[in-house]
Parts: sequence; C-alpha cells; structure tokens
Amino acid sequence: MIRFVIKRLLLAIPTLWAVLTTVFLLVRVVPGDPTIVILGDQASAAARAELREKLGLAKPILAQYVDFMGQILTGDLGRSLATNRPIVDDVAAVLPYTIELTIASLIVGAVIGIPLGVWAAQSRDGFADWFARLFSLAGVSFPAFVSAILLLIVFAVELRWFPVISAPRTDALSERLAALVLPSLNLGLLMVAYVTRVTRSGMLKALGEDYTRTARSKGLAQRTIVWRHAFPNVLVPVVTVVGLYLGVLIGNAVLTEIVFNRPGIGKLIVTALNQRDYTLLQGLMVVSAFAIVVANILTDLTYGLVDPRVKTP
Amino acid sequence: MTDADIALRVEGLNTQIHVGSDWHDVVRDVSFSIRPRETLALVGESGCGKSMTALSVMGLLPPKVARIGAGRIVVDGIDLVAADEATRENMRGDRLGMIFQEPMTSLNPVLPIGFQVGEALMRHRGLSRRQARQKARELLELVRVPAAAERLDAYPHQFSGGMRQRVMIALALACSPKVLIADEPTTALDVTIQAQVLALIADLQEKEGLAVLLITHNLGVVASVADRVIVMYGGDVVESAPVGAFFARPTHPYSEALLAAMPRVDSDGGLEPIPGQVPTLTAMPKGCRFATRCALRTDACAELPPLAPVGGDPEHVARCWVRRDS
Ligand SMILES: Nc1ncnc2c1ncn2[C@@H]1O[C@H](COP(=O)(O)OP(=O)(O)O)[C@@H](O)[C@H]1O
Ligand SMILES: [Mg+2]
Repeated sequence: MIRFVIKRLLLAIPTLWAVLTTVFLLVRVVPGDPTIVILGDQASAAARAELREKLGLAKPILAQYVDFMGQILTGDLGRSLATNRPIVDDVAAVLPYTIELTIASLIVGAVIGIPLGVWAAQSRDGFADWFARLFSLAGVSFPAFVSAILLLIVFAVELRWFPVISAPRTDALSERLAALVLPSLNLGLLMVAYVTRVTRSGMLKALGEDYTRTARSKGLAQRTIVWRHAFPNVLVPVVTVVGLYLGVLIGNAVLTEIVFNRPGIGKLIVTALNQRDYTLLQGLMVVSAFAIVVANILTDLTYGLVDPRVKTP
Repeated sequence: MTDADIALRVEGLNTQIHVGSDWHDVVRDVSFSIRPRETLALVGESGCGKSMTALSVMGLLPPKVARIGAGRIVVDGIDLVAADEATRENMRGDRLGMIFQEPMTSLNPVLPIGFQVGEALMRHRGLSRRQARQKARELLELVRVPAAAERLDAYPHQFSGGMRQRVMIALALACSPKVLIADEPTTALDVTIQAQVLALIADLQEKEGLAVLLITHNLGVVASVADRVIVMYGGDVVESAPVGAFFARPTHPYSEALLAAMPRVDSDGGLEPIPGQVPTLTAMPKGCRFATRCALRTDACAELPPLAPVGGDPEHVARCWVRRDS
C-alpha cells in the first residue's frame, strides 16, 4: 500500500506540471491584449507599457514561464492587480469555506445516494426503483441555481430554519453548520443523483454475479448478501463517479456560492472576472487545477482502500 | 431403500423458466436419490437442464425468472419444495453445499479467502470470526491449499483457477454437508488440474461420507468417478443406470450418440459429433424431445415415452419407444 501511495504521488508530478503549463499558456495565448482588456482601449500606450512591465509580460515568453513556475514552486501566486494583496492570502481566507462545502456535499451525496441506489436495485422496476430514478433524473437536470433558489424560498424565507445569507457571522461551530446546510444540500443533490444511479446499476450487476450466487449457497440472509457481498463491489464505481464529478461539483460550487452569498473560491473567481483581475484569475486557475489533481489522487488512493486488486496485485 | 440410507431424494421435479409471457418446462419429472458416499453423474449437452436441476435442489433458481412447478426435494426428512424460505436458508450451506463451474468468478473479489471459507460456519454454527478463521485454515489444509495459514488474508485474484476451485470446495464443505452438488467443477480447468480436483472430491467424499451430485458433460469423468448415471435431454431424463450397465449397454439413442461423440484412447475411429442441436425452449417437440435429431424416429415418438426398464434390469431405465423391452 505504501508503495502504491508513493507511486501515485510521483505520477501526480507530471500531471501537475502539464496542468500548470496549460494555465500559463491559456492566459497568454488567448487572443486579445490583456492590457487593453484591463485598461480599456482608450488607455495610453505609456500606461499599457507600464502595466505590461508590471505583469511581467514584457519579458520573453520563456523567461515568463520560468518566473511563473518558480513562483508557484515557492508557494507564491503573485499579487492581485485590483487590491495588490498577495493572492495566497485571499485564497487562504476563503478556501476553508469551499472545502467544507465540497466535503459536506460529498457526504450528502453518499449518505442519501448510496442507500437510495441499493434500495432501488433490490426492487427492480418496483416503487423504490421508480422513485430513485425519478429523483436522480431531477437531480441531474435541475440547474444548481434553480434548486438553490427553491431551497432558499422554502427553508430560509418561509420556514426560517436556516439563514438566507450563508456566510457565518462568527466562528461558532453551530453557526458554521447552520450556514452550511442549505448550500451543501443544494450542491449535494447533484451528487445524490450521480451516486444513486451508479449505485443502482452497480448493485444490479453485483447481485447477478456468480459470487452472489455463492453467497446465497451459504444460506446467508438477503441483508448480508446485499451489504457484505454485493455492496463492497459497488464501491469502486461509486468512488470513480464521485472522483469524476468532483470537477463538476467545483463548477457548481461557483453558482451555489453566489446564490447563497457564501464566501469561497467560486465567488472569488467571479470577483476576479468582474474586476478583470488578471493575476488573481491566473492564481485561482492554478488553485482549482491543483484541487482537481489532489481530488484525483485521493480518488485513486481510495481505490486502494476499497479494491484489494489495487493494493495487493 | 429407506429414507435413512438416502442423503438426497428428488421426486418428480419440474422446473420452469419464464420466456416471453409463458412458463416453459426446463426440467420435467426428474427423480433420483443419492446415498452417502455415492456419486450420481448428471450428463447431457449444454442446455439440457442439468444446472437448472442442481439450482432447484439448492434453492438458487434465479428469482422471477425460474420456479419449481412440482416435485419433492427431500434432505434430512425435510421437503425443501414445501418448506418456507427460512428453512431453506438454514439448510443451504449447512446440509447442502455447492461448487460451480467458474472458479474465476464464483469467489467474491473483495473479501479475503479465509473469511469466505469460514463464513458459513459463522452463519450456521454460530462461530466467532476468530473461530471461523481457525476452521477456515483447517479447511484450506484439507483441500491442500499450500501454506494455508498465510493465505487466509489473500484475495481470490492471487490464486490460480485450480486453487480457487479448491477454495470453493473448502467453502462448500465448511459445515460438513450431507450433499455436495458439483456443477461442472472441472470444465474450466486445465486437464492435469481437472484430475487433481476430481481426486480431491473423491477423497473428501470418502472421508466425510458425502453424497455427490456431479454434473458434467465429460463421459470419461463419469466412467472414472460415478456410481450411477442420469442422461438428460431437453429437461427429460432419457436414461438412468448404474455406471457399469450404462457403459456396457447404452440404450437410448441420445446416450449412444453422446458416447460416440466422446474421444477415446482405445480406438482410432474419429469422433461423431451429434448432428443437429437441442431445440430451443419455445420450440420443443411435443413427444420425445430428441425425436428431431434421432435416426430411429418412428410415428410413436410423437408421444412422450415413459422411463421403462431395459435389458431386463430394473435399475437400468430408458425413455424410448424403439429401444424398450418388448
Ligand atoms: N437465466 C435464464 N434465463 C432464461 N433461460 C435460461 C436461464 N438459465 C438457463 N436457461 C435455459 O434453461 C435451459 C436449461 O439450462 P441449464 O440447466 O443451464 O443447462 P445445462 O446446465 O444442462 O447446460 C436452457 O434451454 C437454457 O437456455
Ligand atoms: Mg450448466
């Protein structure tokens, strides 16, 4: 297992390098002069040259690349063009909110989606199955901002169970959790949909496998067969889909954070876009790319935990 | 024979499968009994209903798709057909054990071997996890898995096909059942491994007094390990005989055809594959189901012949109008 972990971490290095290079190129190759985008086309040539210098765009591209990589390796994302604050500080201030939202959504997805999928598979074409299919169809087809508004109207405005503005005012745990419920439900609903689907189809397959017949030949109870023998075989596809949709989740987090008025990377991205904060945007892209690479590593490491074929080849 | 001498008695078993909107018979009026230490071989081409017979006995028919229409399956004085599901569950894995054709897929890939082997003991004997593990080690030693103690925590993918089938045997025998059903246990294995696995089953059968229902389409295997043979065709028993009588006087035309299709060391004559194929379930002829492929077919075959003694031997019966004693 240790060797597997080390191997996986080493494998992440080229991925990360490729991703960072892509971000670097993306920002520079995109047509249009960034100085015009930032300053507007009325700006004087002198002002634009000054900005160019400040952004480091005056140097040859290879030197820019070396600077960019060197900065990132030392954990420096540069300074915001709009506020001149170190980007790392801005990110560090909101990152915990995004992380807690993502994790809470994952938990919502697993805690609702897994039992729903298992239940559905056991009554194939029965009521449970029909319900789960409808539910997950709704989950994938509902845009995140629509469900967010519905949740807000019902639970925050009408019932007043949770705050409308999901930015906790203090650091008290209860307050943080209360502020987390609606956004994570909203974001988690999408996860529920995916997890239910993949659990259902995985369980249907597993329950038809030869090893399930072997389990039945031992005289085990249905519950034992389902949870002890079939279900662990479904964890691999479940982990895969969770890993894959982490990216989608991060995308939807932007919408969710805006509707719920919650601090987070998503909201910061919008701020950067609005203010044409070119350096902040580049920094946030690096952070997001990094997050996805980390999510992939975690997914792969989880395989090692749920599938013995990975840890004991 | 009194019931005390018999480990498994099947009477008039009828099993059906749901195809389209109808139930079709895949096993018709099958009866046999097996004593402790006895091996009954069930032979026939693919699709003859051998596995369906075995799964009916185990109570492992795929739900909704297959069902038992009629008959009695008696083990320990309990009729499994009439019993409720809880009783059947209690018998399964305790009085009856089963090994399957596919050792590569019959074990759960995510559970350690030792646990899988010992699990039935926790279920039926109330053993703790540790006791079951200890017993699993003994069982793996019994089926001669090398270094059994170290392999308790290994997973199926770390075993070869032959070793997995040994593990399956250990798993099936965990609770010392009276009846072992082996559905083509060696078909998926290399020839040399086949012989080892069969020898192992025979050895354990002697030690544990098992009654074995061995399903195979290999008549060479039948000749070397079976006491009785039942030939099935299209869900019907077409011939049933002690193994000696069967090979001395195969009587049903289908049995003859099976024997002619069997590779032999003592003759250089080529194989004669059986012409034609088993009709599909929905297109079964009305009378004798083999009639569509039979060279001896007569008008009488439009009606299903009864199983009748042949060669004056009450133990040797066949289902054929042409070949029956007149
Ligand atoms: N799950 C199933 N669904 C539909 N038909 C089946 C199923 N299993 C077996 N059958 C049919 O039942 C018949 C008997 O099959 P089986 O008992 O598996 O044959 P054997 O073991 O002798 O090769 C065949 O015609 C086969 O096509
Ligand atoms: Mg079969």
